[in-house]
Parts: sequence; structure tokens; C-alpha cells
Amino acid sequence: MSDATSLIRLEHVYRYYGHTCALNDVSFTVGKGEVLGLLGPNGAGKSTAMQIISGNLAPSAGQVWVNGIDLLDQPTAAKAGLGYLPDQPPLYRELSVDEYLVYCARLNRIPAKQQRAAIATAKERCGLTEVGRRLIGNLSKGYQQRVGIAQAIVHSPAVVILDEPTVGLDPLQMREIRALIRELRGEHSIILSTHILPEVQAVCDRVRIISAGKLVLNDTIEGLQRRMRSSSLVVGLRRPPAVAELQGFPGVESVEALPDGTWRVHYHPERNPAEQLAAEAARRDWGLYELIPERMSLEQVFVDITRSDPTEHGVAEHSEGAAA
Amino acid sequence: MIFHIAAHELRRMFLSPLAWSVLAVEQLILAYFFLIGIDNYLVLQPRLAMMEGAPGITDLIVAPLFGDASIFLLFAVPMLTMRLVSEERRGQTLSLLLSAPVSMSEIILGKFLGVTAFFWILVLMIGVMPLSLLAGGTIDLGMYASGMFGVALLTASFVAVGLYMSTLTVQPAIAAVSTFGVLLGLWIIDWVGADRSGEYSGLFGYVSILRHYQSLLKGVFNSSDVIYYLLFIATFIVLSIRRLDADRLQH
Repeated sequence: MSDATSLIRLEHVYRYYGHTCALNDVSFTVGKGEVLGLLGPNGAGKSTAMQIISGNLAPSAGQVWVNGIDLLDQPTAAKAGLGYLPDQPPLYRELSVDEYLVYCARLNRIPAKQQRAAIATAKERCGLTEVGRRLIGNLSKGYQQRVGIAQAIVHSPAVVILDEPTVGLDPLQMREIRALIRELRGEHSIILSTHILPEVQAVCDRVRIISAGKLVLNDTIEGLQRRMRSSSLVVGLRRPPAVAELQGFPGVESVEALPDGTWRVHYHPERNPAEQLAAEAARRDWGLYELIPERMSLEQVFVDITRSDPTEHGVAEHSEGAAA
Repeated sequence: MIFHIAAHELRRMFLSPLAWSVLAVEQLILAYFFLIGIDNYLVLQPRLAMMEGAPGITDLIVAPLFGDASIFLLFAVPMLTMRLVSEERRGQTLSLLLSAPVSMSEIILGKFLGVTAFFWILVLMIGVMPLSLLAGGTIDLGMYASGMFGVALLTASFVAVGLYMSTLTVQPAIAAVSTFGVLLGLWIIDWVGADRSGEYSGLFGYVSILRHYQSLLKGVFNSSDVIYYLLFIATFIVLSIRRLDADRLQH
């Protein structure tokens, strides 16, 4: 069913918790070496989707293939190619980092001879070499998160699933973890869930937005950036002309005065008046001191997409907040 | 794989002070029972010497010691089995096992063997005490072995119940209380079926977890008693596996 390049394949996956529908007909594939960002507001079904892919939850309907193996028919074989970091790292606080990773290596059936090397590699990648002998319970949150990631990659699985890997970390640690994710991309496929939008821009190749259990956007990062291009300019003029004159420029749709004395000019997306505006301002001595093309932030795109979704796709409202 | 999980459980148990304190308290209490047993025997000894076919020290000291051990285990087992699954569920470490290439049966059997191994260590510590009597007397080694075998089986059965109760809940305390309740219930269930002479009969007598133990303590090695315990353990292990598997399905 699954071709060689897609390491993960979901087909028409549904998941119900009682009467609430947490995932509603979700299908997607993740290719080799791809980093997929799963975005969505709280309770949208991100964690549910990840739990299903990692085999922690069974879907109510639909099928999941990992590495070409059906997760429901042959769970043990499929899970051998999986590394999973849940939103709360599954750590035994009373063990030392080394003891814990040895246990994880054994659980993932790494042959005894290769365990030492596999653990050393995982520790090095996650920057844990120095804390190997410390108790996990005594480590800081950032280091615990790294141990969680080390656990997910110790057996070099084909697919790594990270559920909100940078939550609760300081900016420096976030950067390190993102760098780690970028480094892992080479040989693993990665699924990453987050609600931190710059993170998606920083590390992902593709983005899927889940809202109320449905996939509402499937795009590449470039595509998403194209959506972010807005169609307005902020213009600052020392000696502004009448509003009507600004509105008279070709392509300008409306002009609005901003509280700090500048103007926001909305224009038709294909007819950017910036150049003519600058030329005209210089010719007529309007005293142009500011001309800024505005960009929509990822937040705005995100809000637009997730808000407009229920009406567009007819997702039942009651499914909101269903997933944990 | 079962072995790795079992070793991990056993190791974690010894990393917690609870396991050490259970061992320490057990040793203290049972040593006390043991000394009382010896004391009683010394008081009775002159009269026993005059009796024909009098009970020996194995009947009067060793068998009661194993009987007391079972009461101690009734309290101790729920405290250590309660965390087996419920605590992993609460601390969300269960997903480590669930996303690893390990089957549900391996997880449950590993946990069962790990905790059972711990209690067998405890049983061994109890078993060493009566052997000290060999220094000054003789004990019936056949009866002693049958008693040890009985405690070992009884312990494993307790652990199986505790493991199942732990798979049912997220709260370790609930698992402990319900394990204790089930074990005590199975312990006294035959009181209903007992007639005045104290003979057990019928279904309740068969179900009682204690009745089969008592015959082993008397040195009567009856394969039906052994089969009872094996069936008992297998039942609760299968129930645990099914319960853990059901976690993935519906909430």
C-alpha cells in the first residue's frame, strides 16, 4: 500500500472519545527526510494524532503505516522504526541518564554489542555526555527534555515523533533543540507538533494545520510564506496631501490614518503602488520618511485559517476541545 | 525482553526506600514471630516428650512461621504492586513501553516477574530463619520445602492480583486498597462454606486462596493445589494484558 518514499502514511483516520470526535478523517503522508510541522490550537487533536502514529492509541477507524508496515496488524514490527517523545517526557526520575538510556536501548531491541555505541551517539547529539551519571530527577527541565529526545532517537528510528519538544525551555535551549532537530533531519523523518509558530518556520519543510480534528492546511513552508505576504504599506509623510490624492493612485483600494500620524495604504495584491508613491512623494515634496511593506505574521495566517475553518468545511462545533 | 523489563522493575524497586523498608520491617516482625515460636516450643517441650507421635519442631515452629509470613505478605504485596502500571500511567512513562517494539504480554509478564522476584527474595529471607534450627535439632526438610513452595506460589498469586488491580486505575492508592480487599476477600471467603467441624466444602472452599496454602504447609503436596495457584496467576495475568491492551482502544 505504501510506496518506498513515504515513511508514514495515515488514511482516513478517525478517533472518537465517547461522542466527541478528536480526529475527523485525517490522511497524510510524510516522506523520507522530511520535517513535518503539525500546528493547531490547544485541543485541536495534535497529540491525539501523534499518539495514534506512535501506537499509544488505536484509531477508531482508518489505517496507519509506518515504514510500510501496518501499525495495527504488526505493531511490534512497525514500532521498531519509531521514536516517540510525548508532550511530557517519559522519564524515570530515580534512574541516572545512563541507566535510563540503557533500558531504552534494550526495550528497542538494539543488539547488546551495539548498545554502548548507540547510547554514546544519542548522548552526544543531545548534549548529554557530561550528565550521564546524574539522576534524571535532579536535572533541569531542559536537560530532561533532551533525555526525552535521546530516548526517541537512541535506536535511530526511521520516524521520530516529537510532541511539543520545546515547551517550557528557555530561548537558548530552544535554539539548541531546534538545531538538533535540523541535524536529525538527514536520516530520519520527523513529525513535530507545536503551537510556537516561529519554530515551524525555523525547522519544518511542510506544515499541516489541524483545527477541531480536521486537517485544514497542508502546505510547504514557502507556500505558507506566500500566504503571509500581505497587501498593505505603511507610509509616513511630513507634509501629507489630502487622503483623496493618496486614494487616487492606481491599485490603491483604501487609505487609513494611523494614530501616530502615518497612513496605512491597502492595495490590490498585484498592483503594488510603492514605487509610484515614492516617486510622486519626491516630485511633490511630501516629505516621505517611511515606506514599509507590511507582512502578515504567521499568527495572523494561523488565526485566519483556524477561524475560517468550521464554516468552510462544516466541522461540527461540538468537536472542539475534544483532544487532550 | 521480558527479562529486561523484569530486571528494570526489580532494579527500580531497590532504588526506592519503600522496598528496603518492606524488607526491614518483614525481617523484624517475622524474627519476632520466630522467636515466640521457639519460646512456645520450649515451654511445651517437656509435655511433648511424653506424648507418642507428638508434633515436631517443623509443625510447631516452621509451619506457623510460614502462616504468619502469609499475613505479612497480605499487607506488603499491595503496597509494592500498586505502582506497577498506575504510576507509569500517571507519570506518563507508560508511553515509553507502548511505543517501543514490545508486546503487551511482554510488558505485563516482565512486570509480574520483576515484582515476584522481589518477593521471592523476601521469602528466601524468611526461609533462612528456620534453617538455623538445624544447628540444634532436625527439621522435616520435605515439609519445609513444601511450605516454602507454598509461600512462593501464594506470593506470586498475590502479585498477579495486585498487578491486575494496578492496570485498572491511575491512582496507586486505589490499586493498593482494592488489591488488599480482593486478597482479604479470597482469604476469608471459605468461612461461609465451613461447617461446625471446620471442614471446608464446596465452591467457596475451593476458591479460598488460603485453603490450598494450608495443605502445602502441612506438607501435603497435592497437585490440585499447585494447579489452583497456577490457574489463579494465569487468570490475572491474562486479565492484565487485556486491560492494558484496552487502554489503546476506547476511552
